[in-house]
Amino acid sequence: MKYAFFPGCVSQGGAPELYPAARMVCDRMGIELEEITGWTCTGAGVIQEKNQLFGDTLNARNFAKAEQMGLPIMTICSTCQGVMSQANHRMRNPEYLAEINSHLAEEGLEYSGDSEPKHLLWILIEDYGLDRLGALITRPLNELKIAPFYGCYIVRPTEALDIAEHPERQQSLEMLIQLLGATLVDFEGKTRCCGFPILTINQRNSMAMVGKHTSEVKDLGADAMVTPCPLCHLNLDGFQPKAASQARRSIDLPILHMPQLIGLAMGMSPNELGLKRHIVSTGPLEVKMRGR
Amino acid sequence: MDVTIRVKRQDPEAQDERRRPYWQEYPVTIADNATVLDALIQIREDDDGTLSLRCSCRSAICGSCAMRINGHAGLACKTIANTVVQNGVITVEPAGVMPVVKDLVVNFDMFWEKIEAVDPYLKHMGQEPEGEYIVSNDAMLHLSSVTACIMCGACVSDCTVLEVDPTFLGPAALAKAYRFTADPRDGDAEGVSMERLWGLSEPTGIWDCTRCNECVQACPKGVAPMDRIMAMREQAIQAGYDNNNGARHTDAFTESVGHSGRLDELRLPIKSVGMMNLPALMDYMPVAFRAMRRGKMPPIMHQNVENVEAVRRIFNRTQPEPASPQVSNNSPFG
Ligand code: SF4
Ligand code: SF4
Ligand code: SF4
Ligand code: SF4
Ligand code: FES
Repeated sequence: MKYAFFPGCVSQGGAPELYPAARMVCDRMGIELEEITGWTCTGAGVIQEKNQLFGDTLNARNFAKAEQMGLPIMTICSTCQGVMSQANHRMRNPEYLAEINSHLAEEGLEYSGDSEPKHLLWILIEDYGLDRLGALITRPLNELKIAPFYGCYIVRPTEALDIAEHPERQQSLEMLIQLLGATLVDFEGKTRCCGFPILTINQRNSMAMVGKHTSEVKDLGADAMVTPCPLCHLNLDGFQPKAASQARRSIDLPILHMPQLIGLAMGMSPNELGLKRHIVSTGPLEVKMRGR
Repeated sequence: MDVTIRVKRQDPEAQDERRRPYWQEYPVTIADNATVLDALIQIREDDDGTLSLRCSCRSAICGSCAMRINGHAGLACKTIANTVVQNGVITVEPAGVMPVVKDLVVNFDMFWEKIEAVDPYLKHMGQEPEGEYIVSNDAMLHLSSVTACIMCGACVSDCTVLEVDPTFLGPAALAKAYRFTADPRDGDAEGVSMERLWGLSEPTGIWDCTRCNECVQACPKGVAPMDRIMAMREQAIQAGYDNNNGARHTDAFTESVGHSGRLDELRLPIKSVGMMNLPALMDYMPVAFRAMRRGKMPPIMHQNVENVEAVRRIFNRTQPEPASPQVSNNSPFG
């Protein structure tokens, strides 16, 4: 199995622990990753709000490059996934696609419109198979209680994400948590927004969102929250201390990247998975794992 | 079809424990093509006359029956029950954000206050035209997708910002505002609604939205409030209201990617809160320090992607007319 890999800026910038963790886990599964050379940002929805054509053309450029490689695309970021899917959805309109291709021609690129970029989370279920992944679990996380947090863009809008054809995508994170042996801590906020996009615009509201979700899950007894979105991770982990002080309480809920949780269940050590790089200490979780 | 309707009930005026929310389950037998509203009405008629809900048209026109079905807002009369059964159960709750009057009925006061706050009527600036206003078909067709709003409140119910901040104008009122900013008759002779866009650029307005898409998903009429909010951000920037964190953030982001192909995360907060806004910048410092200690900071030397010239050419080619400043090698992101 081989994919054209689209890591996204955040997995190499603000959340650099994600990139190697994703690679290690894919390695163990025998999934080969070839990074798309010269890929650009998807626009994160931000560029689209100012200039949709520019944002969508950037995505078409990435897709066209993957087509040249002859490989399907893998992402490891909910936001990238959502923005790619939305752009792709718009490009189902042949006129729009032709306009976009006219801007790619100069670089000798052309996008057919047929790519289906997929998040690693979806690939595990739809392409790889949970049975196969289950066979690689050597260290089931039986003692851990884990809450899911999707990130808006991988659950909405459902039309662009082809949820009708793939209803299991709405349960994917819960299925994964249970497959890894952990106890699922379900909560309503799992598909809500973490508040990252308004971090520099209305920090108070952004922190209120972080505080709401993390403290709710903490109070339900979760040991950690897992997310397939590095932007959510930035906000939920990096700004959790600030959210806690705004909420006038302690929270201390470790936030794990999805590949880190999988890696732990494959017997990889917290250190090699980069857990030390998190802002909220994962110490208590590690102690719990050792104490079995 | 046999199904259990699980209803979140509450009677804030009751003297006993029913004051607080509680769940009640009603097993019902309904027709295969019954809506969730049909099932609720059947319960009220046959099983439990104390169950309160609001409805009128039963055909997705009046906007009375918005509620949360399996956790997400929608119209009960537009939702076919057998499409939302989960393990034999349909979970029904009152709409979110607005206070519960009783059971599935919520108080819409805040909804209407916000609609009122955006002055929901045409405001022409300057001289009135002598004859009638002539508006193009295209402009009206475009507006018809927004005027389709039936004021049901589904979008407000699920808005992630309103959930934490009741001062936000919210999706329904902002979509309503767009109905005027996009109307050629509103605003100045060019149809630019300067005054509105100025007001909407203030806190609680267009820049406070998180772009979470909940309202787009919830709206039963395809109004897509978030898309309207994004369109107003563009209108506001075009009208020159770009001296705020939100507009600076969008500009800085687009510029960074247009110049280097990727996002320069380190400079983004500096650019988006403004170089001169020291107190706000200081606010990010503790986090930045913590991040640095953990080796999390993005690379200081922001690198360009391979063949970045191609990206810059695409950026320049896709600029709307009138052209925004071109990206050159002298850009501050250099
Ligand atoms: S959307 Fe975000 S994570 Fe994805 S490439 Fe752009 S900045 Fe990076
Ligand atoms: S939860 Fe926030 S950061 Fe995560 S995808 Fe949604 S908007 Fe982005
Ligand atoms: S997209 Fe904006 S307006 Fe719509 S629900 Fe989310 S925060 Fe509210
Ligand atoms: S925008 Fe849509 S969801 Fe919101 S009030 Fe109008 S019809 Fe209802
Ligand atoms: S009863 Fe009128 S919209 Fe549902």
